Amino acid sequence: MGARDEILNAVRAGSPPPVALPEEARFRGLRYPDLRDQFARSVAAVGGTCVFVRGSLEEALLALPQYRSAAKVASLVPGVERANVDPAAVADPHLLRDVDFCVLAAELGVAENGAVWITNHGGLGRAVAFLTQQLAIVLRAETLVHNMHEAYQHISIPRPGFGVFLSGPSKTADIEQALVIGAHGARSCTVLVLE
Amino acid sequence: MLEVALFVPCYVDQLYPAIAVATVELLERFGVKVHYPERQTCCGQPMANSGFFDDAVPLVRRMADVFAPYEHVVCPSGSCTSMVRNHTEALVPGDDGVLALRKKTFELCEFLHDVVKVRPEGRFPHRVGLHQSCHGLRGLRLGSGSERLVSPSNKVRALIEGLDGLQLLELARPDDCCGFGGTFAVAEEALSCAMGRDRIADHERAGAEVITGTDISCLMHMDGLLRRERKPQRVLHVAELLAEATA
Amino acid sequence: MSAFSENAQAFIADGPRLAWHDKAIWFVRQKRDTARAAVPEWEELRATASQIKAHTLSRLAGYLEQFEANAIELGAVVHWARDADEHNRIVHEILRERGVKRLVKSKSMLTEECHLNPYLEERGIEVVDTDLGERIVQFRHEPPSHIVMPAIHLKKEEIGDLFHEKLGTPQGLADPKALTEAARQHLREKFLAADAGLTGVNFAIAETGGIVVCTNEGNADLGTSLPPLHIACMGIEKIVPGTRELAVFLRLLARSATGQPITTYTSHFHGPRPAGELHVVIVDRGRSKILGRNEFRASLKCSRCGACLNTCPVYRRSGGHSYGVTVPGPIGSTLAPHADAAKYAGLPFASTLCGSCSDVCPVHVDLHHQLLAWRGELARQGLVPLGKRIVSRVGAFVLARSWLYQIAGKLVRWVVPLLPARLLRANAWGRQRDLPPMPRESFSEIWRKRGRS
Repeated sequence: MGARDEILNAVRAGSPPPVALPEEARFRGLRYPDLRDQFARSVAAVGGTCVFVRGSLEEALLALPQYRSAAKVASLVPGVERANVDPAAVADPHLLRDVDFCVLAAELGVAENGAVWITNHGGLGRAVAFLTQQLAIVLRAETLVHNMHEAYQHISIPRPGFGVFLSGPSKTADIEQALVIGAHGARSCTVLVLE
Repeated sequence: MLEVALFVPCYVDQLYPAIAVATVELLERFGVKVHYPERQTCCGQPMANSGFFDDAVPLVRRMADVFAPYEHVVCPSGSCTSMVRNHTEALVPGDDGVLALRKKTFELCEFLHDVVKVRPEGRFPHRVGLHQSCHGLRGLRLGSGSERLVSPSNKVRALIEGLDGLQLLELARPDDCCGFGGTFAVAEEALSCAMGRDRIADHERAGAEVITGTDISCLMHMDGLLRRERKPQRVLHVAELLAEATA
Repeated sequence: MSAFSENAQAFIADGPRLAWHDKAIWFVRQKRDTARAAVPEWEELRATASQIKAHTLSRLAGYLEQFEANAIELGAVVHWARDADEHNRIVHEILRERGVKRLVKSKSMLTEECHLNPYLEERGIEVVDTDLGERIVQFRHEPPSHIVMPAIHLKKEEIGDLFHEKLGTPQGLADPKALTEAARQHLREKFLAADAGLTGVNFAIAETGGIVVCTNEGNADLGTSLPPLHIACMGIEKIVPGTRELAVFLRLLARSATGQPITTYTSHFHGPRPAGELHVVIVDRGRSKILGRNEFRASLKCSRCGACLNTCPVYRRSGGHSYGVTVPGPIGSTLAPHADAAKYAGLPFASTLCGSCSDVCPVHVDLHHQLLAWRGELARQGLVPLGKRIVSRVGAFVLARSWLYQIAGKLVRWVVPLLPARLLRANAWGRQRDLPPMPRESFSEIWRKRGRS
């Protein structure tokens, strides 16, 4: 008998009597009086910046010094005029190592924690979200949800594929609990919410 | 008239009889008739605490027997009460006598607060730090505790905060453990004393003159450190505090 | 004295360091409290999470099979390992077959338990732990002292000295930002040069066959999006039924661990990358045995958040290394004895049973009850020191007879005041604490004298 069967048999032998899952009503969370406001606060709380954009995306990006000064700009979002790298066309992710600024689209944003849901639709280019020095996320205001329960009800999960709830820039507090923004992933994260 | 049987922890009986005396005074002052079954000895907690459940079981059965004639059992110790209410089922499963004991045993403050429903009036003009002994706090829910998100409540606090002149101080860590823990106090001497000293330092920084609580085990441990280090703070069991204040 | 006792005593001997460590860990507990305040339904969420886990454990075989089938359909390869040895062999074989020489790893307590790193290193594979805290302890050749903050026992000056030696940072540089930047540059090269990436699994979704990895640094993502091979190691208890349930845990995990509303990256891997490979290694290593034990089953609900460590007054004052196990603290003390009761018999006693751990646990593991249950189990197995057993037996004998108990009490009260201070101070109580003054009469005597009954 192989490991698989041995383990499953051992698990079956040790299983307690059935316990029911909690009822549907328990899978609900806090809702906020002002969704946009809460989302912006949450993004700030996790070390990111939230900008509500009325005009063009390019204008909003140009307001960011990291975008203006970036030599290599990768974008998976149309309308980013300074973009000179297409991550979806790069077969070897190592070639994305010197991307300075990256613009990605998120399917939705979550007010309770400032997270945005980003997928690669099973394609290439996911490394760029983590290799880039600076990150900008674009999402539409109407896709904001209150909490994680609502988020999972609305997101698409590429199967196969990769998706990530990304909340602010990379960070660590491993050295004496001092919060340092910019660990291995992006050093900054700007969320541009298109109205 | 409410009638109770007094359950006096073995170490209170032998080493801190004044607490039991104060408990009797207090209960009688609030119109409760007090019986003291003299055959009682111990609930078995020290044995159970070390894992010797076999040694504890006969003591639990004996206790159920000794207190069988009474409707309420009141004990000036959160830890002994918690032993009876929370651990006797696993030790002596399916025993009606032990079940009956579980259902009627109360710690003193919860009895005064929940059953007698008294809010003592009196005078205790001192700066007081409340030590929230763990077994009473989390085992009996004498208070809401700092870990959970529930509306704040505290039965011990409710009983003493109304006393004239009593200044109840705010501690930096209202419910960190003092390090007594039963046999832990001697088996893990270094940790036990480090934890006790931290508690004392918290009370000192808050300006406490008196450190009170529901369990003389915790207080004895802190008192031991206080007196060895010749510190001025005094410990006073809440029964003694209330008896003094309402005299 | 148990090994834990000795270690704790040594830890406490350094007063300033003790205070610093205790304060640092308590700070994390406080951050959790602040995060909790933002979730009014916190206690309901804990109860829901607990029930989800209890349900999952009651149908674990079915969920494991469902997960495996879905993962395979997505193109992942699923392996099963009964114990640490088998796990290590499987991981090594996958790497060896593909000629992997350089492996990057993100945090996995499971692989720590299995001692995977030395196993691979002995076989010629460079293993780089990429979580900053883990890299620090890896450089120092020591185990992590906390399951979430591996280097919390170290001061920044010590890390500065370490990085000066290992990374060439300037002598005396102790600024966390600068040290982190140095680690970033160093580890970036490792990510880019790696042949394979290995991660743990925070949650395995039965319904979809996907695995979820939570990090703040982005190291798991860099380690798995650059090299073509991703190996993910998980204990059998990491299964959740579906994404609906996953939401509950994601709302609790980071808040309980570090006080953040969510980790920076919550990555969902469904199958391998295009032109890549994903191998999932499902590990038992004693967990199915724990499943079968009523009193201890609930410990399998643990999501390794570390909240119990942070609140534990004993952990804070003794440090993770004192426990001598991969996972220390309250959860560690109830998990360890399953593997070796004799070796870890001291751990369930490294506690005052204060109960704070059980009240912070996001999934309602009844930790302090399990520690007491272990004490009973250890006593039954004869693994509690003889001295304690004798005291218990004698105590039980005396306390079963009220006349004998009264005599014993009287004797103690009479003898103690006569003993020389030197003797009184020569024991584990008296060394640092005074005894209370012995009263002349017990309460029983007082009561009898007053003619009451």
